[in-house]
Amino acid sequence: MDNKKREEILRLLEANARYTPKDIAVMLGLGVEETEKEIKQMEKERIICGYHALVDWDKTDDEKISALVELKVMPQRGHGYDSIAEKIYQYPEVESLYLMSGAYDFSVILKKATMKEIANFVSTRLAVMEEVQSTATHIVLVRYKDHGTTFAETKKDQRVMVMP
Amino acid sequence: MRDFICDKIKRIKPSGIRRLFDIANEIPDVISLGVGEPDFDTPWHIREEGIYALQKGRTFYTSNSGLPELREEIANYMYRKYGLVYDPKNEIILTVGGSEAIDIAFRATLNPGDEVVYPEPGYVSYEPCILLADGRPVSIELSAETEFRLQPEQLEAAITPRTKVLLISYPNNPTGAIMERADLEKLVPVILKHDLLVISDEIYSELCYKERHVSIASLPGMHERTIVINGFSKSFAMTGWRLGWVCAPAHLMEYMLKIHQFGIMSAPTMSQYAAISALRSGDKDTEMMAESYNQRRRFLMEAFAEMGLPCFEPYGAFYVFPDISEFGMGSEEFCEKLLKAENVAVVPGSAFGKSGDKHVRISYCYSVEELKEAMTRIARFVDKLRSEEKDKAKER
Repeated sequence: MDNKKREEILRLLEANARYTPKDIAVMLGLGVEETEKEIKQMEKERIICGYHALVDWDKTDDEKISALVELKVMPQRGHGYDSIAEKIYQYPEVESLYLMSGAYDFSVILKKATMKEIANFVSTRLAVMEEVQSTATHIVLVRYKDHGTTFAETKKDQRVMVMP
Repeated sequence: MRDFICDKIKRIKPSGIRRLFDIANEIPDVISLGVGEPDFDTPWHIREEGIYALQKGRTFYTSNSGLPELREEIANYMYRKYGLVYDPKNEIILTVGGSEAIDIAFRATLNPGDEVVYPEPGYVSYEPCILLADGRPVSIELSAETEFRLQPEQLEAAITPRTKVLLISYPNNPTGAIMERADLEKLVPVILKHDLLVISDEIYSELCYKERHVSIASLPGMHERTIVINGFSKSFAMTGWRLGWVCAPAHLMEYMLKIHQFGIMSAPTMSQYAAISALRSGDKDTEMMAESYNQRRRFLMEAFAEMGLPCFEPYGAFYVFPDISEFGMGSEEFCEKLLKAENVAVVPGSAFGKSGDKHVRISYCYSVEELKEAMTRIARFVDKLRSEEKDKAKER
């Protein structure tokens, strides 16, 4: 299958991971078996790394908070940033990790936790790593949009119901 | 008291869907597939320009034809997309939606009794607009056998000495049919032979799923005798902004402008500023929306194939037009029963001319999830009708 078709499959799955292979095949004008095989192949190649529900935790009783930590580090000879990244992403507390250009090196997004847990993790795990020069921790106040989806109330369809 | 209403208006039939609309509004949780407008919001960069226009106090009339810079953009767009050359100074007018463009085109060209031939099923406004302009509507009934494409023989057969205008609208509402270059080329000799004016409503031109839209005005000999109508509603999800445009050679445009300036003055100013952004930076939005419609179109075609409901494959606009003739009832009856039984609203084909009565129009301006649920319900309804039919046959 050509890359364009693969990307189309990925875009559909990214928008809605609950589409079945048949849904995707029909929408893209592909064969069902071929689509199923391609999805499996992309899972194997780790192009598709998982399927998740996008949850707006603010609407639940969960009172934990999310934090983003900026890290400035000293890269290691022969390993660059990769070995530091490896140390950081091993922690289950870390939800996402990005190497950034600009004012700092790593952006670490932490899993939801209590303020105390976040403070503890940053001070006892991240800040004390020998490669880490500085940290800056930001608390997420409100998530408005994530993975291309806005968390505002679903808008009512304002179109008139029947119109020729 | 005297009867103040003019006879002409009295003769115009009200929309065939009024009853259905009233019923649908009284039923909660109706899944409606009856809307002829995009489900996408107007892209943000366009809305932002509209807001900015208000903030900057750009709330005055524009020139009658519209903002010069917008007409310039339209001229570029028409050339870039369809190879059509129009002078922004005197060959383009911004109108209040494509609807006003249709109206002024008829009013500027028809004398009482002049005949307008047009393919049917077709958009509901055509016949009333022709009547309002004192013309005589002459419909040409098309069918799925010829993919709802107007055939030159059909055109030839419909022409009388009083025929002045051919109105075409491709991609078509309600059928989703398109006419490719070769189809249009076959019409040209007939048009030239009978010295017809063509009004070409191309409002769905950017929603083509097979190949790029070809405007009949781009064919040899057609530019000087064609009025092209287009607009922002469908391509840029801007229905509520009420902004369309009409392009025609200057010798025709002069008269359309008269009607527009005395009747409307000018199209909404903030909409025009927003529209500049649509034409300058909206190609990607249009492509994204068209691709999404195409996916839904395929989804519906598959759903109809699975339920065994015949439906010719449409390659344009955002409608499918399945054939319901096996159930032995008119389209209004079918739609009303479907609405009451399964809470799904679709539009009877009869609203688009009597040849449409074997069909219903289903819009796919809805999410795949909504379409999925609606198709499940329609399949259940169709099964029920079929089993009732079988039972009746047994009794006989």
